[in-house]
Amino acid sequence: MTSNVSVTVNGESYHVSDVEPRMLLSDFLRDRLGLTGTHVGCEHGVCGACTVLVNGDSARSCLMLAIQTNGAEIVTVEGLGSPEHLNELQAQFREHHGLQCGFCTPGMLMTGEDLLRKYPLATDEEIREGLSGNLCRCTGYQNIVAAIRSAAAKRSEQAS
Amino acid sequence: MNSDRRVTPSDVLRPRNVGAPIKRTEDPRLLTGNGEYTADRKPDRPLHLAFLRSGQPHARIARIDTAAARQASGVVAVLAAEDIADDFKPVIPFSRMPNYYATPILPLASGKVRYVGEAVVAVVATSRYLAEDALELIDVEYEPLGAISRAESAVAADAPLLHEAAGSNVLIAREFKKGDVAADLQAAAVRVGGRFEMTRKAALAMEPRSYTAEYDKRRDAITLYTSSNIPGIVRDAVSEALGLPGHRLRVVAPDVGGSFGSKGSLYPEELLICIAARKLRRSVKWTADRLEDVSSSSQAFAEIVDAEMGFDENGVATSLQADVIGDVGAYSIYPWTCGLEPVQVVSFLPGPYKIGSYRGAVRGVATCKPPTGPYRGVGRPISTFVAERLMDLGAKALGIDPLEIRRRNLVRPEEFPYRIASGIIWDKTGFIECLEAAAKAAGYDQLRSEQAEARKQGRLFGIGIASYAELTGIGSRIAVAPGMPINTGSETAKITIDSTGAITAAFGVASHGQGLETTLAQVVADDLGARFEDVRVIQGDSDEVPMSTGTFASRSAVLGGGAAKHASKLLQEKIKRVASHLLEANADDIEVTEGKAVVLGTDRMVTFKQIAKAVYSDMKTLPVDARDELSATYTYDPINGTTAAATHIAVVEVDPATCFVRILKFVVAEDCGRIINPMIVDGQVHGGVAQGIGAALLEELVYDEDGQLLTATLVDYVIPSAPEVPVMDVVHVESESAVAGGFRGMGEGGTIGAPAAIANAVADALSPLDIDVSILPMTPERIFQLIETAKQKSKGKTDE
Repeated sequence: MTSNVSVTVNGESYHVSDVEPRMLLSDFLRDRLGLTGTHVGCEHGVCGACTVLVNGDSARSCLMLAIQTNGAEIVTVEGLGSPEHLNELQAQFREHHGLQCGFCTPGMLMTGEDLLRKYPLATDEEIREGLSGNLCRCTGYQNIVAAIRSAAAKRSEQAS
Repeated sequence: MNSDRRVTPSDVLRPRNVGAPIKRTEDPRLLTGNGEYTADRKPDRPLHLAFLRSGQPHARIARIDTAAARQASGVVAVLAAEDIADDFKPVIPFSRMPNYYATPILPLASGKVRYVGEAVVAVVATSRYLAEDALELIDVEYEPLGAISRAESAVAADAPLLHEAAGSNVLIAREFKKGDVAADLQAAAVRVGGRFEMTRKAALAMEPRSYTAEYDKRRDAITLYTSSNIPGIVRDAVSEALGLPGHRLRVVAPDVGGSFGSKGSLYPEELLICIAARKLRRSVKWTADRLEDVSSSSQAFAEIVDAEMGFDENGVATSLQADVIGDVGAYSIYPWTCGLEPVQVVSFLPGPYKIGSYRGAVRGVATCKPPTGPYRGVGRPISTFVAERLMDLGAKALGIDPLEIRRRNLVRPEEFPYRIASGIIWDKTGFIECLEAAAKAAGYDQLRSEQAEARKQGRLFGIGIASYAELTGIGSRIAVAPGMPINTGSETAKITIDSTGAITAAFGVASHGQGLETTLAQVVADDLGARFEDVRVIQGDSDEVPMSTGTFASRSAVLGGGAAKHASKLLQEKIKRVASHLLEANADDIEVTEGKAVVLGTDRMVTFKQIAKAVYSDMKTLPVDARDELSATYTYDPINGTTAAATHIAVVEVDPATCFVRILKFVVAEDCGRIINPMIVDGQVHGGVAQGIGAALLEELVYDEDGQLLTATLVDYVIPSAPEVPVMDVVHVESESAVAGGFRGMGEGGTIGAPAAIANAVADALSPLDIDVSILPMTPERIFQLIETAKQKSKGKTDE
């Protein structure tokens, strides 16, 4: 038994047939849509590398089935900016050296976007708490926190 | 123009890339989901592998029934050991070490299994989902042979043998000796010692191991994309095992999502996927899930060290002895052998200290667990933990401050080069300078006053120091692992200016997060005289250079950087020769900078593009013998390598209610020689320290008595997340080394110093309760037990 899935990903509409109900959203994005920017680090919802935005909220694409997202709007890392035009958060990650191997980075960015949109992030502790569901093995988090802090400052500058 | 009238090129005016915090070339692609990791490869109609892995720790394989699996939907092939017996030669992790048994590396278990997680059967199907479905249909009948779950039980007389041909479960035994350690210990004013342990640990790169073998039917050739940090070594080993020459076997490490050593050995799955691709004449993909990655990638530490150190009355360490037993798991690994981790413990135990006499004995013992292998720091996290605990115990016994006792024992600037008691020679490095810089940055005296205040309030507040030295950028005279089958003492750079004037620099090193595309381009830009943004670096591709190994053992800045410097100079000489024709000037009067050759003191110049055109396409400009291809290759060998050192200071507070350790402050003062990119160096230190925090406080692979892994998920195997890692303060003591460029390796140091510094800080915090720290990680559970035991003991004393 297979289903059809209609989703909007990064503003583009996809109608995909022949999707097995058991197919994970992460596999769907990577293998069916070819969007390999979303990384799979643990497949049990702990590492956060596969984080995407589903209808505006961060979600682990390894813990969702593709068919659950029928009709949803999804944003993946490919939807943030391009190599030539990084978005503000991506630019701050580069500026502050908030990535090394880059594997956890898409999840960090998507979680970061979610945090920046929803929370004041008044202290670095808040940023660290907000990131506690995303594991990074390279950076020791210090520069990731600095990048998000800097992006938060830019956003409040623009807002005022 | 004679030389004394010549204008001197001005280093001050020329923009320098080495030393600048240049933003990384890698970042734009990695930040936008445009990186290409192995699992992202999209070969034409790939097949997918799944492995049936042993659930038994040690058992004879009596029967494998794959009939049902072969009939399952989407299944193309099912392979067990006998199906591939004629397709390869086993890889032998040979060593010249005496008292060593090299266990052969096979793609699939043959005859028996030796650990839970060992691959037994491979299913190849049209999707990973279908391949995993088919695993359920395979029936393997095992005859249990008895688990060997602890190193101590493996050496018992009645223990079952894991490798019958070895005749023993001791796969490696070695002893280092200098002086009369027994007499010196006897004569010592103070002797301190204990049994120290670092438990088994996972490197846990965020990207699980992943391989894609892309098959080219036209010429029976394979390109293996591998999440490896040693693609060159993998190429040579697979070539030999499969009888496939290098021009039909290309091995590429594309973007690699971290390794920390766990992707730094040849894996059975790398052999199997190439065998399967060749057998089926199809491209094949495999990516480990997290359970597979944790339970089959090489693991770390797992050593118990009985050690004793003697001091004279002034606190000078005179003697040291240690007996190490390493639980090396079921197999020796290629190319490092099972001696890598445990032998390194005794090689480095005297550390940066001038200890007169030494005896270090080590046994590496086979157990029913995945092999141990390289992990960031290799051997030195535990050798530093032990030596630094002993230093603190000595300081306590003699009533000397921990900072002062290190001052009295570290090799001093005028004493280099210094051969420590285990035989390693330290070249001139800032040992004392790092100690003093760390103490200053941490505000050590102030911290001790704060501690006195905190203790008055009954708080468990501790300060810990750890100093270490490591050997980096190892050249051909020293083996990375003792007696290993290949020499990894050199590395090649090949720099080319093509007919469009574009610069490409190819290396055999292989970045897995270190940013080598950036740092090596910085070196090339400066030494060639090019603009940084015009240099493209290719690395991790066996087709680009004739010989390569990879990135490991803190070598790539030293060996890659050294090769880059030499090749750049050679190419610059060629550029000058062509430019001297074109500009009608003496080659000695030409300066190459910013992608141009300029006649000094004039505005006459030619660009690389014009030079390339003259050499490659405009046949009228240059005489035939001056049309020298704009390419230079250099293979650099630093011969010995160079030392790197650091001092770490940790300040912690233990919560007596929850037994959690909070790190209040963490300072690193390190000497990595001339810094290529300070932003990247700081990042390496931060990440290394974070892993050291994991090793000190959180991370432990727990195997039960039946050899079953109890901590196979990321919920059970806890690595530090953002709230557990403090803000780190990194101070650089930049003393240039003697190798090309003055660089020193620095990728591993954070993980070497941090566990010891934190262990000393926790011990210091708990010292009012008379508690000693001798095992890592110091999990809340262990601290709780220690506090409870201490309470019982002191209650007993009061009762008396």
